[in-house]
Amino acid sequence: MSAPASSPAGSPASAPAGPADERLAPRSTARKLLGRPELGSVVGAIAVFVFFSLVADSFLRASSMGTVLYASSTIGIMAVPVALLMIGGEFDLSAGVMVTSSALTSSMFSYQMTANTWVGVGVSLLVTLALGAFNGIMLVRTKLPSFIITLGTFLMLTGLNLGLTKAIDGTVATKSIGDMQGFPTCRDLFASHWTIGSVDLQVTILWWLGLVAVATWVLLRTRAGNWIFAAGGNAEAARAVGVPVARTKVGLYMAVAFCAWISGQHLLFSFDVVQSGEGVGNEFLYIIAAVIGGCLMTGGYGSAIGSAVGALIFGMASKGIVYAQWNPDWFQFFLGAMLLLAALLNAWVRRRAEAAR
Amino acid sequence: MTTENPGTPMTTTPELVPPAGPLVELTAVSKSYGNVLALREVSLEVHAGQITCVLGDNGAGKSTLIKIIAGLHPHDSGTYAIEGVPVQHTSPRQALDRGIATVYQDLAVVPLMPVWRNFFLGSEPTRGRGPLRRLDTATMRATTREALLRMGIDLRDVDQPIGTLSGGERQCVAIARAVHFGAKVLVLDEPTAALGVKQSGMVLRYVAAARDEGLGVVLITHNPHHAYLVGDRFVLLKRGTMSGSHLKEDITLDRLTREMAGGSELDELTHELGRTRGGGTMSTDGPTAEKAAPSPEPPDPETSA
Repeated sequence: MSAPASSPAGSPASAPAGPADERLAPRSTARKLLGRPELGSVVGAIAVFVFFSLVADSFLRASSMGTVLYASSTIGIMAVPVALLMIGGEFDLSAGVMVTSSALTSSMFSYQMTANTWVGVGVSLLVTLALGAFNGIMLVRTKLPSFIITLGTFLMLTGLNLGLTKAIDGTVATKSIGDMQGFPTCRDLFASHWTIGSVDLQVTILWWLGLVAVATWVLLRTRAGNWIFAAGGNAEAARAVGVPVARTKVGLYMAVAFCAWISGQHLLFSFDVVQSGEGVGNEFLYIIAAVIGGCLMTGGYGSAIGSAVGALIFGMASKGIVYAQWNPDWFQFFLGAMLLLAALLNAWVRRRAEAAR
Repeated sequence: MTTENPGTPMTTTPELVPPAGPLVELTAVSKSYGNVLALREVSLEVHAGQITCVLGDNGAGKSTLIKIIAGLHPHDSGTYAIEGVPVQHTSPRQALDRGIATVYQDLAVVPLMPVWRNFFLGSEPTRGRGPLRRLDTATMRATTREALLRMGIDLRDVDQPIGTLSGGERQCVAIARAVHFGAKVLVLDEPTAALGVKQSGMVLRYVAAARDEGLGVVLITHNPHHAYLVGDRFVLLKRGTMSGSHLKEDITLDRLTREMAGGSELDELTHELGRTRGGGTMSTDGPTAEKAAPSPEPPDPETSA
């Protein structure tokens, strides 16, 4: 599945491009790698890995890997669609609280209706997709910046999450649905884990890898992917040649909503109660992972693999600080510094890549 | 989707094309935005294998005209006929489907995308079906290279981002793209406006190549020298109205330049600037053109009005 990922600009297809041109010095593999958006993040990930391997003894233990991967996957699942959206030229500030909204909807619907939890899961999917569609349709209809539109949805959802939960349940958390019908099978799908040797692997890691593979396939090998790059790179030009830019953007917002649903259900079925105030601020983690992974803030450039590497850096740093027994307060500083470094490195790499051609 | 330009005679020269019905014919077309009359009773004809040049200064209504032909805006009155059939477009897609391809000066391409992805943008060929339906990347790359070569464009690498090409090369790729997708009429918005002398020459050569493939071409420009080099018909716009319409055999470059700059206004300007001539820094096209012989070399477009 990850085959198209490792040969993004298409090493299999670039060969039969006709006789070699004498003006074109054969591009070395290194040069080709330099042209990839995720290069900077891979270098960064190796650096972070080596750093924590040296300062934290327990970081290299097999059991730590499971923990790091789990932390990475919870961010990574959302970083994938957020990266696609950024390539398509837009932001979604409501992505963090939307995860909580999705979990709350599922939990409260099942509890209040005394329904099988699968019904709640299904209703939650519809509601969350509708939220995504709302963001997208508002954006393409009003032509306002996505920053404003999704800031509005972010605030409204934050209020709704708290307000509705208190109104219905009387507290800021939902009632436990752990003993309800359907709960075990739902948990198998969204929150199960296996132990291989001493490594504890969460199912979210599979969801994450699957989403990265699908997103990479869509981005590089389908018409929709071409449209995403074009919508973010030059929407006017894309529209002029017949690309359905509005439909592409609405679709991207719904992809964010779909992944928020997956994350939300994981949240619900791993803890069986949901805190209604959660999720605020996570939208920035998703955006940071996408940017560290080489997505251009202005759109038109980036990759899903990069977002995964960005999420992995996040996971290694957040857990590495714990393994190194440092004060976790330093984590925010570290994250900010990583973001700046990544942005600088990306800018530099892209200039090199373009000059190299 | 990848059909070759259908059955157009490859050997036609513009002068020998029989005056069959025009591909595109605008008759007394007007357009207003609110209470602003942007275009009043403008008529023009575009024939297969010929180039119709639309000349005018800034604000003369060139861009309104191009938007009507391209289908971005519907016209208010008059008739717009494609191969004799009156049409009223409401989207660029409709015009595109009827064979009218427009190449805009600045929004022709997506800079960070590779040349081959740009070439097929919006009309991507696919293989397989269902969830395995995917871009036919090998064909896309090979076809891009072939289509460009056919127009005489020898690109170093179709994988480079199109933003790394020069402005002239980008225009040429856009022209080759329109030709490849079977456009019958090619509308070019100021293709040489931001280009140097050499690149302008290159673009004009590809415009001529598109004409020789049998396309009707509408060339919008404010440079009469470029227009005269390749044009068969000239439509002059001034403040939203048509101030002249000529066939090439009926007009000289000298007169074209004078008409475009607006006869008496030009005399006035010549008089006004008379003393500074030879002073060194004056190099505007307008005032010097009346003494310039029709030169085969396109003048430096950066300095044109």
